[in-house]
Amino acid sequence: MILPALRCPPLILSLSKGHKSAVFAFLSFFLSLLVVFTSPASADEAALRAIIAKFAAAQNFKATEAVVQELAATSDPAVERPLAALAEGDLYFRKSDSAVFIGKEAGQAIKLADPLTSAEAGEEPKAAVTKIKVNNALRRSIRDALGGLTLGSPDANARIAAADTMFKTPVAANVEALDAAIAKETIGSVKLKLEQARASSVLVSDLPEDEKLAAIDVIAGIGSRDALSLLTGYETGAEGALKDAASAAVASMNSTLALWASAQNVWYGLSLGSVLLLAAIGLAITFGVMGVINMAHGEMVMLGAYTTFIVQNIIRTSFPGLFDWSLAIALPLAFLVSGAVGLAIERGIIRFLYGRPLETLLATWGVSLILQQAVRSIFGPTNREVGNPSWMSGAFDIGELSVTWNRLWILAFSLAVFFLLLFVMKRTSWGLQMRAVTANRRMASSMGIRTPWVDALTFALGSGIAGIAGVALSQIDNVSPNLGQGYIIDSFMVVVFGGVGNLWGTLVGAFSLGVLNKFLEPYAGAVLGKILVLVLIILFIQKRPRGLFALKGRAVEA
Amino acid sequence: MRGTFSTFGKFLFASAVAAGLGLATPALAQEETIKVGVLHSLSGTMAISETTLKDTMLFLIEEQNKKGGLLGKKLEAVVVDPASDWPLFAEKARELIAVDKVSAVFGCWTSVSRKSVLPVFEELNSVLFYPVQYEGEESQRNVFYTGAAPNQQAIPAVDYLMNEEGVERWVLAGTDYVYPQTTNKILQAYLESKGVAKEDIMINYTPFGHSDWQTIVTDIKNFGSAGKKTAVVSTINGDANVPFYKELGNQGIKAEDIPVVAFSVGEEELAGLDTAPLVGHLTAWNYFQSVDTPENTAFIDAWRAFTKNDKRVTNDPMEAHVIGFNMWVKAVEKAGTTDPDAVIDSIIGVSVPNLTGDLSSMMPNHHITKPVLIGEIQADGQMETVWETSGLVVGDEWSDYLPDSKDLIADWRAPLSCGNFNVATGKCGGKGIN
Repeated sequence: MILPALRCPPLILSLSKGHKSAVFAFLSFFLSLLVVFTSPASADEAALRAIIAKFAAAQNFKATEAVVQELAATSDPAVERPLAALAEGDLYFRKSDSAVFIGKEAGQAIKLADPLTSAEAGEEPKAAVTKIKVNNALRRSIRDALGGLTLGSPDANARIAAADTMFKTPVAANVEALDAAIAKETIGSVKLKLEQARASSVLVSDLPEDEKLAAIDVIAGIGSRDALSLLTGYETGAEGALKDAASAAVASMNSTLALWASAQNVWYGLSLGSVLLLAAIGLAITFGVMGVINMAHGEMVMLGAYTTFIVQNIIRTSFPGLFDWSLAIALPLAFLVSGAVGLAIERGIIRFLYGRPLETLLATWGVSLILQQAVRSIFGPTNREVGNPSWMSGAFDIGELSVTWNRLWILAFSLAVFFLLLFVMKRTSWGLQMRAVTANRRMASSMGIRTPWVDALTFALGSGIAGIAGVALSQIDNVSPNLGQGYIIDSFMVVVFGGVGNLWGTLVGAFSLGVLNKFLEPYAGAVLGKILVLVLIILFIQKRPRGLFALKGRAVEA
Repeated sequence: MRGTFSTFGKFLFASAVAAGLGLATPALAQEETIKVGVLHSLSGTMAISETTLKDTMLFLIEEQNKKGGLLGKKLEAVVVDPASDWPLFAEKARELIAVDKVSAVFGCWTSVSRKSVLPVFEELNSVLFYPVQYEGEESQRNVFYTGAAPNQQAIPAVDYLMNEEGVERWVLAGTDYVYPQTTNKILQAYLESKGVAKEDIMINYTPFGHSDWQTIVTDIKNFGSAGKKTAVVSTINGDANVPFYKELGNQGIKAEDIPVVAFSVGEEELAGLDTAPLVGHLTAWNYFQSVDTPENTAFIDAWRAFTKNDKRVTNDPMEAHVIGFNMWVKAVEKAGTTDPDAVIDSIIGVSVPNLTGDLSSMMPNHHITKPVLIGEIQADGQMETVWETSGLVVGDEWSDYLPDSKDLIADWRAPLSCGNFNVATGKCGGKGIN
């Protein structure tokens, strides 16, 4: 489209100066006409337009894909725009004349733009245009087609993406293009990717055997799952020395990957352990330290998650810029909300029931039902949306170990909460009073400690901690009235396993159960794995009724 | 001790009453009405899905009353709350039929709740309309299945992946209960009949509400890196879906690489969720809110006016209730009475418009004809249809792909009147509940 514009200057010169403004008005109009309606400036463009026009006639995905291939075969960089638009689902055709446009929704209408130049081409109501349908298979072939076109892109990331695409879908014809690109490449990391892509393309080409053997070496050196997948696929069709080389590479890659898999299991175990720790840590206070069988513990977690939802909702409507801070804002609020509810429960119900575990159990269970139904009535039974801040999305790789950011943050967060709590318990006077009251209530009382208030505040602390656990769990689980139910059994398991009344026991219990679960899961499956863990805990409790780290000396209830 | 305990007892009782108050709707009948039972959980874990269906029934009954009711009488809804508690479903069903004397019941979501009420409907001879996609392998005289049987959802979805996306390797992931187990059994048999090797099928079950998907998603990723195009067929139920898709997204698995087709994720579940990790993945249903037909537009408008919420979504089980209710109305008009026996006879062959622009008919096996749509999840939580069957599909109650059910058919017309007729032995009876 630069071409028609260049042709215009002679026109200006041929007109007299007196009419300059009129000329410009005319000119700009003429130019816009040129941009939108002129016949194609080059034969190439005409050919491209002819191909693009076929999208309108394509009745199914196979026909659309044929058009995509035809466009890609022109290897004209100009086709990138319509293809990318198609992949995004932004390509439309007008029902009246079957002209193809890039469309953007604007209210009830679609803003149309030229598919090659993206010059504006007016608006049409939604009913007057038809979207050209696209599915995953089509997107894949578009991505492959674009891969070839963006190999020469000035953006290094685009080149890497192109190389990755070519690596995964090797075509013999790519070798030449990649050779040229490697020769031109100056950035080392990009060059490496390009060479890997070349190696995978060499495998499917007619090049001599030694080239292919070298290629197998290159691919084996990558050691990733994709490389393994490529070589496994190649191995089945290969013959002779090539097959041997490929098999050997596959075998060595498999053993390395097996090592990575156990590392992965340990990480997953720690990550599951951190979730268990978060869920259980509040209970380690209310049940572990105070001895209250608190069945409403899960609902404290749920209240924390709903607090996060409310905070995010307010941020979304009023302060969208603060969204990445929403969790930090929700943390203290969740602590206060759950803590306050905990305080109310303690003052209203539990304080009348100390020393009567069965009745406490029933009463708190009733409270949990009431809280659930209350939340269900206020917020509705459906899940509520809690978004992930950008710093909690995605993953990064350490070798073949993929670590997701949200899990890493939750691990760090659970440890931070744990040590903070440990500090409060061991290093503050309130913590001292708390421990004194649980060790010997009457003696503590006679030393002037107001035991009822220590009880209330301890329960509130445990509930508040459960609330901030809810903030973290809202990031990996559904925020629904049933959120807490899923964690209550696990929390009790962790606390009992770790040893009632011992925070360190809860920490070790959570992580060992997490790792155990994750090592069992690949062999036994998720369902059986869970059952096995439960059975093991029951057997363990038979042997050591007081858990991993039993409190020495007088029992809490004594 | 006693004092405290009885206080506590009162407290529990009061809370139970408080929980129950919002649920019962004992409309005072001024004139003689036809009562319609609504048996959906309004509390407990299933409330998330079933509450909407209760609203749908109230909406349909109100609309019918605006049109002058049925047989000259007004319709009256009797709503009960079985509270996601399976034995309670049977109790409430008995209460609806025996005490409230309802003419028909619309309800149940999970298969286990349906199985729990079946004996009640048989014993008291009433009619149940069941609106949810289910595993098949059942046909009962008193039940009309308006949701999809496996051949109206699972098998077309697999066909689509096989033919359009070229999938060769399959992960069948499900929650550990009857619907995923049976559906996966059917799918496995179907895939093997299509020449898929055993090692190319991975079956995985997880507990209800599973939230730690790291290991399983890694397994799927590894399974998918064997050089063959891989897809996941998900019968994962309810809440477990969101963490599953989140984990997929976080581990960088795109719908283009390993698409997931889900049978339990609908507009209602997606409404208000962070849909980013789900975009591009597939669902298979018989109806999408996005279907562009005049019937659907009118329905959505009326539904939103009824709920006074212009963002309220619609979904497939709702459409099933719309079809089921309209079929029942038509059958009652045809029979001239609400007597269950008469309705059971007259409803077979009744056709009513569905919301996707066709006519759905009640077949002699008590299943209905429906189109099958495959949709891609969009960022706004809606599905965009990418493929649909060329015509309507008849619900197949006994799967042709399972060895012990392939000879069975159901036909409730006289003289056969049998839910599990064995065409090989020529006898009524065999596997199944009848």
